Amino acid sequence: MDVFLTSRIVSDVLGGVTNGVIYGLVALSLVLVWRSTGILNFAQGAMPMMATYVGMVAFGHFFGYWISVVIAVLVGFLIGAGTERVLVRPLYGKPEINPVVVMVGFLTVLEAVAAAIWSSTPRSLTTPFSPIDFRLGAKPFALSAFSVYQIVTAIVVMVLVAVLFRFTNLGLQLRASALAPEVSRLLGVRVNRMLTLGWTLSTGVGTVTAILVSSNFFTGLTPQVMDGIFAFGFIAAAVGGLDSPVGSIIAGVVIGIILQFVGDYVNSNAIILVALAILIVSLMARPNGVFSAVKTRRV
Amino acid sequence: MIRVEGLTVAYGAVKALVNVSFEARTSAITAVLGANGAGKTTLLRTISGLKAPLAGTITRDGTDLTAMKTEDIARLGIAHVPEGRGVIGAFTVEENLRLGALMAKVDAKQSLASQYERFPILGERRRQHADQLSGGERQILSMARALIAKPSILLLDEPSLGLAPLVTAQIMATIQELCASESLTVLLVEQNASSALRIADHAVVLNVGHVVANDTAQVVAGDEKLRQYYLGMVR
Repeated sequence: MDVFLTSRIVSDVLGGVTNGVIYGLVALSLVLVWRSTGILNFAQGAMPMMATYVGMVAFGHFFGYWISVVIAVLVGFLIGAGTERVLVRPLYGKPEINPVVVMVGFLTVLEAVAAAIWSSTPRSLTTPFSPIDFRLGAKPFALSAFSVYQIVTAIVVMVLVAVLFRFTNLGLQLRASALAPEVSRLLGVRVNRMLTLGWTLSTGVGTVTAILVSSNFFTGLTPQVMDGIFAFGFIAAAVGGLDSPVGSIIAGVVIGIILQFVGDYVNSNAIILVALAILIVSLMARPNGVFSAVKTRRV
Repeated sequence: MIRVEGLTVAYGAVKALVNVSFEARTSAITAVLGANGAGKTTLLRTISGLKAPLAGTITRDGTDLTAMKTEDIARLGIAHVPEGRGVIGAFTVEENLRLGALMAKVDAKQSLASQYERFPILGERRRQHADQLSGGERQILSMARALIAKPSILLLDEPSLGLAPLVTAQIMATIQELCASESLTVLLVEQNASSALRIADHAVVLNVGHVVANDTAQVVAGDEKLRQYYLGMVR
């Protein structure tokens, strides 16, 4: 058994899941914004990065890890809500390219501001969890206390979001506002508030992700910490379906596992190529995403 | 009671409604009739706040609705059942009803049960997605979803559109019954003038945005000229 659990294949699967839940979380945060407002938020990595700096670095001096985490997530909520109200709201009903340009611009501004305030030197966040792999007998087992923390946190966030959307009245209003804004208004739903809330939740989920990524001993926190992760999360969202929260999470985990195998068996330089190949092939086969509910009709 | 006074609405340079005035009385069905493009749907959309008027006022028992937001108007107990049913296809029947019940001050479970009792077909299909329902069932769902919040005013846009005559008759009977049992103010927009006039107390006839008749349903139904020119009804 130990031989199996410490084998190369099991190690790659575990490593892949550890990375994959992060891609899944980024994909989930993209889906939350896409479903509520039809906007692909290119600053989806940078906004949480900012919240993480404020919470973990600015306030981290005064408080311990867990309190800083709570502050960071609250700041993330505020950044999400503020961005929707100030930057995004004037863009509704405008050509689709407008939000893309604005959000790419916002990404650049946020990364520049973070670098100006905190410099681009990676900062390591002290975490309560060790990044050293557990051992089974003499051999390492490809999980550490930190990766367990990462996986468990991701699952908890995903379950919370699912419960909110499936089983609460608030979730019902969020979904209704996304699917049928006019009908929702006619039923008394405050649709604008729901749109703001969609961005708020999305940035909150993103902030948890950014904290996990930058709590990783081997990465640390930099203004660009989310750039690469955003790319993989974006691919997961596109493959899984931008309108499908569950699909995007599954796609994130599957892509994480595939890329781990590619990095291990082929070459770590091939990872991004394979990721792009997955994106292209899946978009050719299922343009709306593998798990999307959108049906295309031939006319 | 809903009172519309001097209402003018335009889409760009095109006036959809010109100086429209009438009243819809409590516990009565007021039919708004007219051909395609007469401005009937625009009238309901303006009352619900989905479209801003150029001029005129809309009041409900003295409260000015003209500048209010759609969601606030809905929360006042003015339920608008839009044309094309407006059910959310990706939601189950029950989710559609729960959405309607959110604004109700009554217990959601109890009000769901009462709608299932009133419309047993919805109870049978409660777990099905609304896009799997037939046209008539969707119309019933849409009405049930509006009624669940116990509105005082019901705005119905073409409830008979695309339905078989027998289903239309059932829907009309339901509207009549609801109006009496819940003392609703009903504003019924219809292209199908004959089935609307059969249940209406009062009728307003629109022609390219102008009111050409505003009288009891009996008088409108008996006016040969109106029937021929504006309602497309041949005896």
